[in-house]
This record gives sequence, structure tokens and C-alpha cells, in this order.
Amino acid sequence: MAHHASGTHAHALAHGDGHDGHHDLEELRKFGFWIFLITDCILFAALFAVYIVLHGSTAGGPGPKEIFEMPGVIVETFILLTSSFTSGLAVLAMNAGSRKGLIGWLIVTILLGASFIGLEVTEFVKLVHEGHTISTSAFLSGFFTLVGTHGLHVSLGICWITAVIIQLARHGITPVTKRKVQITSLYWHFLDAVWIFVFTIVYLMGVM
Amino acid sequence: MLDKIKDFASWFFVTGDPLIYGADIAIALTTLAIIFVLTYFKKWTWLYREWLTTVDHKRVGIMYIIASLLMLFRGGVDALLMRTQLAFPDMKFLSPEHYNEVFTTHGVIMILFMAMPLMFGLFNIAVPLQLGARDVAFPFLNSLSFWLFFMGAMLFNMSFVIGGSADSGWLAYPPLSEMTGSPGVGQDFYIWGIQISGIGSLMTGINFIVTIVKMRAPGMTWSKVPMFTWSVLSSCVTIIVAFPVLTVTLALLFLDRYLGAHFFTMDGGGNAMMYINLIWMWGHPEVYIVVLPAFGIFSEIVATFSKKRLFGYASMVFAMMSISVMSYFTWLHHFFTMGSGANVNIFFAITTMIIAIPTGVKIFNWLFTMYRGRINFSTPMLWTIAFIPCFVVGGMTGVMLSVAPADFQFHNSYFLIAHFHQVLIGGVAFGYFAGLYYWWPKMFGFKLNEKLGKWAFWIWNIGFYVCFMPQYFVGLDGMTRRVSTYSWDTGWWAMNFTSTIGGFLMGLGFLFQVWQIAHSIKFMEKDTTGDPWNGRTLEWSIPSPAPLYNFATTPMVTERDDWWEEKERIAAGQAPKAKPALEPIHMPKNSAIPFIQSVCWFMVGFGLVFHWLWIAIPGFIGVFATMLAHSFNYKSDYYIQVDEIERTEAAARRTV
Ligand code: HEM
Ligand SMILES: [Cu+2]
Repeated sequence: MAHHASGTHAHALAHGDGHDGHHDLEELRKFGFWIFLITDCILFAALFAVYIVLHGSTAGGPGPKEIFEMPGVIVETFILLTSSFTSGLAVLAMNAGSRKGLIGWLIVTILLGASFIGLEVTEFVKLVHEGHTISTSAFLSGFFTLVGTHGLHVSLGICWITAVIIQLARHGITPVTKRKVQITSLYWHFLDAVWIFVFTIVYLMGVM
Repeated sequence: MLDKIKDFASWFFVTGDPLIYGADIAIALTTLAIIFVLTYFKKWTWLYREWLTTVDHKRVGIMYIIASLLMLFRGGVDALLMRTQLAFPDMKFLSPEHYNEVFTTHGVIMILFMAMPLMFGLFNIAVPLQLGARDVAFPFLNSLSFWLFFMGAMLFNMSFVIGGSADSGWLAYPPLSEMTGSPGVGQDFYIWGIQISGIGSLMTGINFIVTIVKMRAPGMTWSKVPMFTWSVLSSCVTIIVAFPVLTVTLALLFLDRYLGAHFFTMDGGGNAMMYINLIWMWGHPEVYIVVLPAFGIFSEIVATFSKKRLFGYASMVFAMMSISVMSYFTWLHHFFTMGSGANVNIFFAITTMIIAIPTGVKIFNWLFTMYRGRINFSTPMLWTIAFIPCFVVGGMTGVMLSVAPADFQFHNSYFLIAHFHQVLIGGVAFGYFAGLYYWWPKMFGFKLNEKLGKWAFWIWNIGFYVCFMPQYFVGLDGMTRRVSTYSWDTGWWAMNFTSTIGGFLMGLGFLFQVWQIAHSIKFMEKDTTGDPWNGRTLEWSIPSPAPLYNFATTPMVTERDDWWEEKERIAAGQAPKAKPALEPIHMPKNSAIPFIQSVCWFMVGFGLVFHWLWIAIPGFIGVFATMLAHSFNYKSDYYIQVDEIERTEAAARRTV
């Protein structure tokens, strides 16, 4: 595909099979991903708006104060923030050219992500066991949907980073894998930022 | 056992209406005919290689256009069914239930499966060529967008013969669209058909923004970007903001229906009004999404056929960009009557009226461009000229509707129906027809027959006014929308009857267009110049149809309307711009993944509609697996070598 953002194509024949290493092509994809993040922001903004409208509509069921257990949520938050930090360390290792360090930190990141999801699932299962489900009230519908959507994003991120780790093991640090690492890390930080809003708006303001 | 199968079939298939049986037979026969033709002429591999797996934006564009014209036919038949039912008081042609289904599918199909894909088709055909680019930014994603739209449209259309159609209007207001109001599967077909194609639309929006921002030919600064491309940018900016809201809205409605959530229900603390806010936060921008590119098309055509530079380029760009932003501050004018309070109504009334200003600016720009031009009245120009009075009247009735107190009178009446058809048909449909006629030679290498085109044009236009002008009056006289019949003593018969005649005239106009296409294919005159209209922008500087790689060498842009200036320079005896030497061209390989992944999405949608997880879960797994397969594919491109480019160019020029 023609990417003459840079104007010339002199480098075209230089590399035998690795055509996909196009520098401008990688830039294009990063730019596209930023726009995708904008759309994801809007998606979450809509879900937050819905939650805020509905958070008082408990229809006789439990409200935020009765069901949120803050210690667990704080641990979750701490784990996710740490994973954002380790994903940053992964990028640093990549920039230093260390494939081992990169893969290692990515593995730490997904393990932390997985424990975050584990805790969230435990919380959901417990709520459902106590009879507080998505169909109990509008408040709980909003809660499960907003928090669950974030959880789905994190789970998707875990699968995605796993795929990137396999590719790193196979191909090493190339322009393509480099871009994939950068994009997944951007995505991961984004989910972290969204969680801060979830933590503040849903949990903190809920129990206050 | 047999009884069980019978029971299942009578629940699964829609039964009981001769019209539906007719459709069943027609669908079965068409499918068989297609399979037969493909097998008999051994075209299966051709279909797979050249179309199903293509990532070429020009082919994707053609597929969008074909699909949308089929949808125009389906939506048009729906319209004529409704008009037939309304032709006489107490007509017994459609039952009230059936009428509800028909107006719902008509609205959905016309906006989401006719206007949107026709628009995307034109984006694909024209934008990369206008930019001097070889492709869109993400060709793989582009093909995926198309197939998602296609599968979504199929899913939605299927409800007509399987399971039953949605019947709660094209925006599916709760509680009508909740389980309590619509217990059947029609509403779920609606949700998944739109959701799946909506994801495709969102990706197209991202794709074209990146293409326009990052892939302009060297020298094409923002003030040299062709107007259609500007309009596409404004439309795509609106898409990426509006469509995520639609995704959320439909997902929440689905959760209500599938898991018993209480977002919009009447019980459990749900809030139906929130749905109406959310859906119109998408729905109002949506009408600008579809009309802005039409404005771009008119701008190109007016300049080309008046042989003049577009008047007021900068103000045009500014007008389009400000419309795409302002469209977010008007959504509430769709429910002035629903008790939001006077201050809220005032705010939205004023924002709505403000949009008339940039729109007026544009109309004057077009008129000034035509002023003292040497106008050529070919079909693209005719549609453009017809659009202007139509849109002016439609716009003025829109301003009338935006006066909140007056809206209490007009709301949900035929006055509204007349207004929005006037802007949608006069603005969007006429605009895309104009674009289709204009770029047709670039797509296929021949012009459409002008004589039949003019017949089609006049019949459509007369039909339009005969159909919709009486509706303003019958609306003022008290006839509300979405009624399936009325009685003699209302005095509405004459106006309705006239309107129906107009509707059928438009149908006749469509038939003329089909005839025109068939006739032109048979008796085509090949366009050997690549520039049949004496165009101004880069797409006319290459042969028609454009070669796979579009531009043999990347054009260097120095002027606005670069191709026109180049022709002027050559006519003045100057040498044409020097072209750099040929180099191998980097191209994406075809891929079956977009098609396969979309089929998997179709399974997801179908499975969830019927609550059959045994279809939905394999569908999800397929979606996931194809995503991974794509991520692991490192061999997705190749080079076209110089000798092949030379051969292609020589072949294209030989016919010159
Ligand atoms: C070609 C000629 C057309 C005719 C004769 C026609 C006729 C009609 C009629 C009779 C209705 C139903 C009114 C009612 O009972 O509520 C309707 C509704 C509608 N039409 Fe059309 N239409 C045409 C084209 C279009 C086009 C091109 C679009 C959009 C691009 C469109 C969009 C709609 C929408 C959104 C509705 C509202 C559906 C609803 O009430 O849920 N129509 N049309
Ligand atoms: Cu509106």
C-alpha cells in the first residue's frame, strides 16, 4: 500500500522479505490506534453517564453502600496500577534492546492483570450468590455493565499481550513487534486511566 | 417428531401472509439462480479471488454500491407497500402489525443499509484517488468494514422471512422495544444487524481519517485538499464520536432483553427517557454524517460542470467542520414535546436554528460558483441543481420544526415525514446519485447513458414533489405518522392518493435507472481519456478504470485543483510536470480473514437473536481465532515490479 507520507520509496527493495517493516506504515498504525482510543473513551463516557444517571435507582434493592467492599477494591486498584508500571518497564527494556527484559516484564504485567480479573470475578460471583444480579435494579445493571466492560477490556488486553509475547519470542524486536508492544502498552495505560475513574466514581463516591 | 418439526417451522419461519410466501419463493429462486450461474460459468474461484478476498479500495467501493442499490430496492418496495396501504381510507392491504414492521424496516434499511453504504462506497471510490494515494490507510480493515456491514444487513433482512421483523420504529424506543413490548425476535435482529454493521462503520471512520490526515500526496497542503475529501473528513469525525454511543445504546437494550437488566425498563428503576437521549445523541449526528459527503459531492460537481473554481473554498470547509461539531448540540429537538422543560427546549431550539447559517453559506457558494460559469447540464449537474431548491424548502420546514412551541403542533405528523424525506431524498439520495453518475466512468471505464439518465432524473423529481408536497398539508391537517389507515370523514383521501402516485413515480424513476445501467453496459462507449467530464482533481489524471495501484508514480501537488491547472499549463504551451522514474509499488495481499470473521460475527448475532449459544459460542471463537490469525500473519504484502507497471500503463494508454 502506498504510504508516501514520507514521499519517497527508495528503501523499497532494500529488505528481502520483511516488507512490513515500513517505517511510515508503523506510524500510520499508531495514529490509527490513537483515534481508536478516542472512540473507546467515548464508549466509556457513555457508560459512565448511564451509571451516574442510574446509581440511585435501586428499586428497593441494595445500594452502593451495602454491597461494595472497599479493601478488595483497593487491592485491585493497587494491582492494576502496578501492572501499568511494569508495562512501562517493559517498554524501557525494549528501548534498551533487551528482549529478555521485555518479555519478562510483559509476563509480570499479564500476571498482575490476571489477578486483577480474578479478584473482580470473585467480587461479581459473590454478589450474584448474595442475590444481587444485573436484573435486581437499574443501579446494579449499570454497575455490572460499566465495571464488566472494563474487565472485558482488560481480559482482551491480556490475550493480546500474550500474542505479542509469542511474536517477540519468534521474531525478536523488529519494527513490527516494537509497534505492537507500544500499542498494547498504550492500551494498557488507557485501561488503567479508565479504572481510576471507575474507582472514584463508582466505588469511592458510592461508599461516601 | 413430525409435529415437533412443524411447530418449530411455523415458529421459526414467518407464515400466514401471501406477500411473505411470495418473498420466500423469490428468495429461494434467486439464491438457486445465483448458485446455478456461478457453477455453470465456473465463477466460484473468480468470485473468491477477485471479490470476497479483495482489499482493493476500488473493488470494496463497488461492492458497497451494489449492496446499497439492492437495499434501495428493498427499502423502496417497503415504501410503496406503505403508500399503497395509505392510498385509500380503510384499505385492507397491510394489517396494522405488518404496517408497523414495514415502516420500521423501511427506515432502518434506508438510513443504515442504503445511505451509509452508498456513502462508504463513494468514499472508497473517490477519496484515495483524490488524495493521490495508492490505497486507504488500512486496506485489510477496510475490507472487514465492508463485510461487517454486509453481514449485518443480511442478518437484519433475514428477519423478514425468519422469526419476524422488528416493529417498534427505526429508533426502537423503549418500552416498546423491551421484552414487554416486543417479545419476539424481531427486535433482536434489529439490535444485532445494526450493531455488527455499526462496528464496521466506526472502523471506516477511523480508516478514512487516518487516510486523509496521513496519506495526502506530497504538496497537498490542507488548503489544496479537494472539497469532497474535506466533506468525508468532517463526516468521519462525526462518525467516530457518534457511533460509540450507538454501540453502547444497543448493547444496553440487548442486556435489558437478554439478561433482564433494567436500563430502560418501566420497572426496576429503569429510565426509558435515557434511551431516547442516547439514541438521538447518535441519531441526530447521523443525519449530518450522511448529508455532509453529499455537500462535498455537489461542490465537486458544481465546480467541474461550471468550469470554474469553487467559490468560497475556505468558508465551505469552515461551514462543514462547524456543522460536524454543532450537530452534537441539537439532539433534543427530536423530543421537544417530552417534558424537558422550557429552558432546555430553548437551548436546543436555538442551536438547531444556528445550523441553518453555515448551510445557507454553502448554498450561496454553489450559486456563486455557477454564476457566469459555462454550465454543462449533464446528469450529475442536473441532480445537483435539483438538490438546491429541494434542500432550501426542506431546510426551511426544518427551521419551522425547530421552533419548539410550533413543534407541539408538527410533532410526529406527516409534516415531519415530508420534511425529513425532503432533506434525505433531496440532499442525501440526490447527492449520492449525482456522485454515482459523476464517478461511474472512473469506476467502470464508461459513462452511463445520458438520455435514459435524464428520463430517470425528471421522473424522480416530479415524483418527489407529487409524493411529498401533499404530506406537508395533510400533516398540518392532523394526520399523524405511523398510522396504517384513516377514515373517509377525515378528508385526507385526495392528498394521500396524490402522494401515493408520487411514490410510484419515484419507483418508476428507479426502474429507469436500472434500465439505464443495463443499457449502458450493453451499448457502452468506452471512456478512453480517463477524464470524461474535463475534471479538476487528481482522480481524473489517471486512466479509467484506475489500475490496481492507482498512480504509477506519486503525483506532486502544487495547486488546488491540481489536474485542472496542469491542463491549463499544457494548453498554454508549457511542458507537463516531470514525473519521477517508476519504482516497485508496495501492495497489500488479498485476505480471506475479513470475510470469514464477518461470517463468524453473523453467527454470533444469529445465535444471540435466538438464544442459541451453540451457534453464538463457535461464532465468538471464530472471531477471536481470525483476529489472532491476522495478528500472526507477517506476510501480508508484496511488490508490483516496474516491468509490470510499465505493461499496465502501456495497455491503459494504448486505448487513448
Ligand atoms: C423513495 C421514496 C420514499 C417513499 C415513498 C417513502 C415513504 C415513506 C413512508 C410512507 C413512511 C412511513 C410513514 C409512517 O407511516 O410513519 C416512511 C418513513 C420513513 N422513511 Fe421513507 N420513503 C422514501 C424514501 C426514504 C429515504 C431515501 C429515506 C432515508 C434515506 C427514508 C427514511 C425514512 C425513515 C427514517 C422513516 C421513518 C420510519 C419510522 O417511522 O420508523 N425514506 N417513508
Ligand atoms: Cu435532529
